[in-house]
Amino acid sequence: MDIKPILSALGRHRVAALLITLEIALACAVLCNAFFLISGRMGLMRIDSGVDERSLAAVALNGCDGCNAADVNGRALAALRAIPGVRGAGVVNALPFGQRAGDAGVTLDRDGKHFGGVPHFYAFGPSAVETLGLRPAQGRGFVPGDFQRADNFLPADAQVWITRAFADHLWPGESALGREFWMGDYHFRVAGVLAHFARPNPGRSEDGLASAEWSVVVPVSDDSLLGSYVVRADPADLPNVADAARKAMAKAVPEAVLDQAQSRPLSDLRREYFQRDRAMLWLLVSVIGAMLLVTALGIVGLASFWVAQRTKQIGIRRALGATRGDILRYYQTENFLLATAGIVLGMLLAYGGNLLLMKHFELARLPLAYLPAGAVLLWLLGQLAVLGPAMRAAAIPPVVATRSA
Amino acid sequence: MFRYHLQLALHSLRRNKMLTALMVLLIAVGIGASMTTLTVMHLLSGDPLPGKSQRIFHPQVDPMPDEKMREFPPDMMDYTSAVDLWRARRADRQALVVDSGIKLRAPDTGMPPLMTTMLSASADFFPMFDVPFAYGSGWSEQDDAKRARVAVISADLNDKLFGGGNSVGRILRVRDADVRIVGVLKPWRPSPVYYMVAGGRFSAGDTAGYYGKTEDVFVPFFTGLEINDGHFAQFTCWALPETPGHLQNAPCVWLQLWVQLDTQAKVADYRRFLAGYAAEQKAAGRIRHAANARMPDLMEWLDFNGVVPRDVKLQTWLALAFLAICLFNTVGLLLAKFMRRGGEIGVRRALGATRGTIFGHCLVEAGLIGLIGGTLGLCLTLVGLWAIRQQPIEYADLAHLDLTMLAATFALAVAASLLAGLFPASRASRVAPAIQLKTH
Repeated sequence: MDIKPILSALGRHRVAALLITLEIALACAVLCNAFFLISGRMGLMRIDSGVDERSLAAVALNGCDGCNAADVNGRALAALRAIPGVRGAGVVNALPFGQRAGDAGVTLDRDGKHFGGVPHFYAFGPSAVETLGLRPAQGRGFVPGDFQRADNFLPADAQVWITRAFADHLWPGESALGREFWMGDYHFRVAGVLAHFARPNPGRSEDGLASAEWSVVVPVSDDSLLGSYVVRADPADLPNVADAARKAMAKAVPEAVLDQAQSRPLSDLRREYFQRDRAMLWLLVSVIGAMLLVTALGIVGLASFWVAQRTKQIGIRRALGATRGDILRYYQTENFLLATAGIVLGMLLAYGGNLLLMKHFELARLPLAYLPAGAVLLWLLGQLAVLGPAMRAAAIPPVVATRSA
Repeated sequence: MFRYHLQLALHSLRRNKMLTALMVLLIAVGIGASMTTLTVMHLLSGDPLPGKSQRIFHPQVDPMPDEKMREFPPDMMDYTSAVDLWRARRADRQALVVDSGIKLRAPDTGMPPLMTTMLSASADFFPMFDVPFAYGSGWSEQDDAKRARVAVISADLNDKLFGGGNSVGRILRVRDADVRIVGVLKPWRPSPVYYMVAGGRFSAGDTAGYYGKTEDVFVPFFTGLEINDGHFAQFTCWALPETPGHLQNAPCVWLQLWVQLDTQAKVADYRRFLAGYAAEQKAAGRIRHAANARMPDLMEWLDFNGVVPRDVKLQTWLALAFLAICLFNTVGLLLAKFMRRGGEIGVRRALGATRGTIFGHCLVEAGLIGLIGGTLGLCLTLVGLWAIRQQPIEYADLAHLDLTMLAATFALAVAASLLAGLFPASRASRVAPAIQLKTH
C-alpha cells in the first residue's frame, strides 16, 4: 500500500487528523500510567506474608485490666487447644494484617549514630513460633533458653530472626548471621534469617512498599505477652475453628472483651487489609475500560465523518478499478499512521505524566516495558474502531462516482 | 435571537441522534467521573472549622535529644511542655487533648462491656471547637483542676447505650472508675477529626483514618490520665518509658495542645511566648533545640499532614485526565457534525447570516449538549457517590453532593462543552458561502 497519497490526503484534513492523534496520545499516556499503578497495587496485594494464612486464625482480647499474664494465657491456650481440629496455639504480640504492636527505629552501632530503618518487632512465645510454622532459611532455630521474660516490650538482650528483606537492607551483599543491632539500650543479635515475613501493615508504613517485610522476630516467654493468640488448624476446618475459638475465649477469659474485628482467620484479615487497594484496582480497570471505549467511539465518529465526506472520491477510485480490499486497506493504513503518531506523542506524555506522579505520589519510574504494551493495545483499538467505517466505505459502489452530489 | 438559535440547535441535535447521543454520553461520563472524585476531594480538603480555623493554632516544641536538630519538631508534645504551656493561659482558649482506648460499661443498662476510645481534654475544648450539645454541657475549669469524674458522650454512644434519650446524670464505668454524664453531643462529624491529626508525613499517603468518627467519651484531661492510666500510647519516644502506658514525665511525645488566638497581636505575642518558653527550657537543660518551635494554624497543620489521602488525589487526577479525553473526543465529533453541515451553513451564509450568527448557533448547540450531558453526568455523579458510600472507608458516609458541587457540575459541563465547541464553531463559521453552493 502506497503511503504517500494517504499522507497527502491527511494533509488536507489536518485538524481532524491532529484530533485523532491527540486522542490516542492522551489515551496512551493515561493507559501506560494506569497499567503501572495497577501492577504496583497487585504487587502489594500479592505480598508473601511468610505464613500459611489459610490454616491460621487470630484471636484477640482487649481491656483485661490488672490481669495476670501467666494466668490468662494459661486459661486461653488451654481453651484454644481443647477445640477439636486445633493443631497448635500460641501467644503473639501481633500478626501480619493485624494490629501493629511495635515499630521502632534501630541502629547498627551501640551509640545510635548509624540509623538502620524502622522494622516491626514481633514478640512470639515458644508455641507461637511453632504454630506459625516459622523456620529460618539461614541460621539456627530458637532454643528454649532464647525465650526470655520481657517486662517492658522486649528483653534487653536477645537472639532474633530477621527477614531476608531487612537483612539485605541493613547489610547489603553480606551475611546477616551473627550481626548485631540496637534499639536504644536494647541489643539484638541475628540468629536466623527468614525468607519472608510481612509486617502487620505491609506497604503502609513509613518506608512504604520497600519496608513491607522489615520484620524482627524476638523470642519471649509466654507470660511476657497478653491478649493476642494464634491458632492453627486444617484449612478445611479453619472457619469452624475460628468461630469456636471466639466462643471459647469469651468463656475462658470472661473479664476481657473479645476484639471481634481482629479475631478472624488470617485470610480474612488479609482480604480486609487490602480492601481499599482492591477498590482502587477496580476503579483503575474501569477507568481504562471507559477510556478505551471513549477513544474508540471518537475514532468511529471521525472516521465515519471522513467516509461520508469522501463518498464521491471513493466512488471514483472504485470506478477506476480499486477493489473493496484497496479501500478497506486505505482506511486501516490511515488509522495505523495516525495511531502511530499518537502513540509516539503519547509515550512522551506518559513519561511526563509519570514524572508528575513520581513527584506527587512518590511512585517509581515507569518501566519502559509498559510503553510497547500500551502501543500495541492502542494500535489494535484503532484498527478495530476504524473497521466499521472502513467496511462501509468499501461497500460504496463505483456508480456513486457518476452522481452529482 | 437566542430562541432561534435554540430552535435550530434542537432541530440539529434531533437530526443525527446517534452522534448527539454519543456526544452527550461522552460529556456525561467525563463529568460523572470527575465530579464524583472532585466532590470527595472537596469534602476531604475543606475547612473543618469554617470562620474559625484561622484563629486556631497548634504550638510545637522539640524535646528530642538528638545531636542534630530535626527539620520539624515532633508532631505531638511531651507532658511537661504541653502542661506548662496550657497552665500559662496565655491564649484566649487552650485545650490539651489525648485519646486512648477504654473498656466501657454502663452498669444500669445491662449491656456487655465494649471497647471504645476516649478523649481526655481540658474544658475549653468544647467552646473552642464549637462542639454542639444535645443535652447538658461540657465541664468547667474547676472540674479540670479537681479531676472531676464527669464525662460528655457522643450522640452515637448515647443512641447505643441509652436509646438516644437525655442521659445526663447517668453513670458510666470507664476501666474501673465511675464517671457521671454531664453532657451529650449532637451528631458531630468533623472532617477530618482535625484535633487529633498528627503524623501524616509518616503515613505514606494512607490518611483515610483521619476521617473516622470522633471519640465516644470525653472526660477532663487529668481525670482521663488518672482513670485510664497505663493505657496511653506514645507518638514516639527517645527511650522506652519505665511503665508502659504511663507517660507523664516519660521521654515521649504523646499529647497535643491547641490554642485559640483572636487577634493578630495575640498571635504574634504567643509566638514570642512560645519561643521564650523553649529558650527558657533550653537554659534549664530540658530542651536541646529551642529554635525548633513552630505554631501552624489549623489549615496549615492539616496541609502539613497531607490529610487528603493519596488515593483520593490520584483518583481526582485520573478522572480529570479522563474528562480531558472525553472532551477531545467531543471536539472531534462536534467538528465532524458541524463540517458535515457545510452545505446548510453555506446556504445560510449566502442568505445573509453573519459569521457571528453561525458561530453563535454552533456554540448554543454545543452548550445544549453540555447541559443535557451535565444532567446525565449529575445522575452518574450521584451513582458514583453512592458507590463510594458502599465502600469500607472511613469517609464513606461523608460522600454526598452539596449545593456548591451541584452548581459546579452544571458549570463544568457547560463550560467544558462550550470549550469543546469553540474550535469546531469557529471552523464552521468560516465556511465560504459560494464554494459550498457550487459543489453541492
